Amino acid sequence: MSLSNEIIKQRLTEKFGDQVTGFEEPYGLLSFEAPKELNLKVLNFLYDDEQLKFRFLTDLTGVHYPDKAGRELAVVYHLHNMTDNVRLRFKVFTGINQPDVYTATGLFSGANWMERETYDFLGVNFVGHPNLKRILNVEEMDYFPLRKEFPLEDQTRIDKDDEMFGRG
Amino acid sequence: MSEHHIKLPEGSIEKTTTTLNLGPTHPATHGVMQNILELDGERIVSTEQTIGYIHRAFEKLAERRPLAQITTLTDRLNYCSSPLNNMGWHLTCEKLLGVKTPKRVDYLRVIIMELARIADHLICNSIAGVDAGAYTGFLYVMQYRELIYEIYEEVCGARLTTNIGRIGGFERNFNDIAFRKLEKFLREYPKVLKEFENLFQRNRIFMERTMGTGAISAERALNYGFTGPNLRAAGVDYDVRVHTPYSSYEDFQFNIPVGTTGDNYDRWLVREKEMWESLGIIEQAYQKVQEFKGAEAEVYHADVPAYYLPPKEDVYTKMEALIWHFKIIMGETEIPAGEVYHSIEAANGELGFYLVSDGGRTPYRLHFRRPCFVYYQAYEELIKGSMLSDAIMTMSSLNLIAGELDA
Repeated sequence: MSLSNEIIKQRLTEKFGDQVTGFEEPYGLLSFEAPKELNLKVLNFLYDDEQLKFRFLTDLTGVHYPDKAGRELAVVYHLHNMTDNVRLRFKVFTGINQPDVYTATGLFSGANWMERETYDFLGVNFVGHPNLKRILNVEEMDYFPLRKEFPLEDQTRIDKDDEMFGRG
Repeated sequence: MSEHHIKLPEGSIEKTTTTLNLGPTHPATHGVMQNILELDGERIVSTEQTIGYIHRAFEKLAERRPLAQITTLTDRLNYCSSPLNNMGWHLTCEKLLGVKTPKRVDYLRVIIMELARIADHLICNSIAGVDAGAYTGFLYVMQYRELIYEIYEEVCGARLTTNIGRIGGFERNFNDIAFRKLEKFLREYPKVLKEFENLFQRNRIFMERTMGTGAISAERALNYGFTGPNLRAAGVDYDVRVHTPYSSYEDFQFNIPVGTTGDNYDRWLVREKEMWESLGIIEQAYQKVQEFKGAEAEVYHADVPAYYLPPKEDVYTKMEALIWHFKIIMGETEIPAGEVYHSIEAANGELGFYLVSDGGRTPYRLHFRRPCFVYYQAYEELIKGSMLSDAIMTMSSLNLIAGELDA
């Protein structure tokens, strides 16, 4: 029970130098980011290192930030070291024009569907994924619905015939 | 060959295996999900799962809703234990807002959460019996799920999609009938559970159907991201209630049951033992609740005027209460910016909420970490090479809930 956020931070900086940035501890959870080319190296290091042992992938998802030019899409990993019971959050950012991020399926079998879901909703292209196709939406869909350019329908619109819904 | 002949797909005559669609609507799938099985006789060669039939875009919908309105979305994730999802969501919001709930609220929540866990495990275990051909147990325990639903009803007015509790506590105090019903449950349920156990636990047919089928090792289970009873059946004692206690779980004494082989029988046993543990927790919690006297016994929510609706009579007579009421109902309160991940031990495992807020009135992004979704991908590995009938047992002992799978 001795693994603290400080130690993790130190080990990561020793290994990757100034490549890993943005260390924060919102609500006690260590959070940092790395260039997207390094995502597998960082995940592997966190997995293999005898002290860190982050061997459980709790969650993998994405966030779309349309205003951040060149880094519109974030892929967020939540990892868990179950021996010391420490969690962390790791992010990589990618541009929306070429949203290629290496897949983590080689390391975690559980990443398979989580990455498919992220692809389905945000269009992150996981390079090397064994079966990257839509999972919850229909396969014919040609856009990525969780991106911010697709607003939800305006609830005050009046141009629709609402009789069918009992609101007319 | 005339053109009236039926045209078979290329290669289908030479093919030595049979393709079978299990689902999307099939009584044994207990939900809308499809499995395209490739069978050699009755042995499964490969399978492909198709999910998403009841996808409702909760994550997108949540981006327009103020916090309080998202509770109703969480109801519809694992609808066999909605209160657990509701509480998980309230706890996430409270973490983001920095709300500290009174002890009595925590204990009342624990009672509701453990009741929901029992209701969920009860369904899963008795349905496993139905899938093995034993209907009696299922009908017998249904009475007690009904009693649990009646307790929900006394607290929040709803039964299935409960929308129970609010940010900071409960919408109203537990009434006397709720406590009487809880006492009735605590008094009668152990006997019923024991009898239910007697029907299955050492039942030769049930054991032979479940032992050694759908097994997974601890390493594979962890690699797949298993949590909850399914992980514990494989022998890993990971339980969010113990590892990162929330809602004062640290005040309670309970064991984490673990299995060894991770097969269908162990999963069934782990759920069974967990129901006993949950009963113990409810008893302790009820005792703790009764220890509050006087004004303390009337506490059922924290003081968070910006998110907790004021009493109706105040809304009509006081200006401040009226303003808060308006702001909450219209969703006009701005939530603090920040990122928070909070998880609880739901009936199926770690249910996580990843909430990103940019300081607006609604979440910027909300992601549900649904345990079902994560572990269903291991299904192919679990049933490959086994018999078709084992695939059915495996599916029901994993406790797949389509609502949670598809979000």
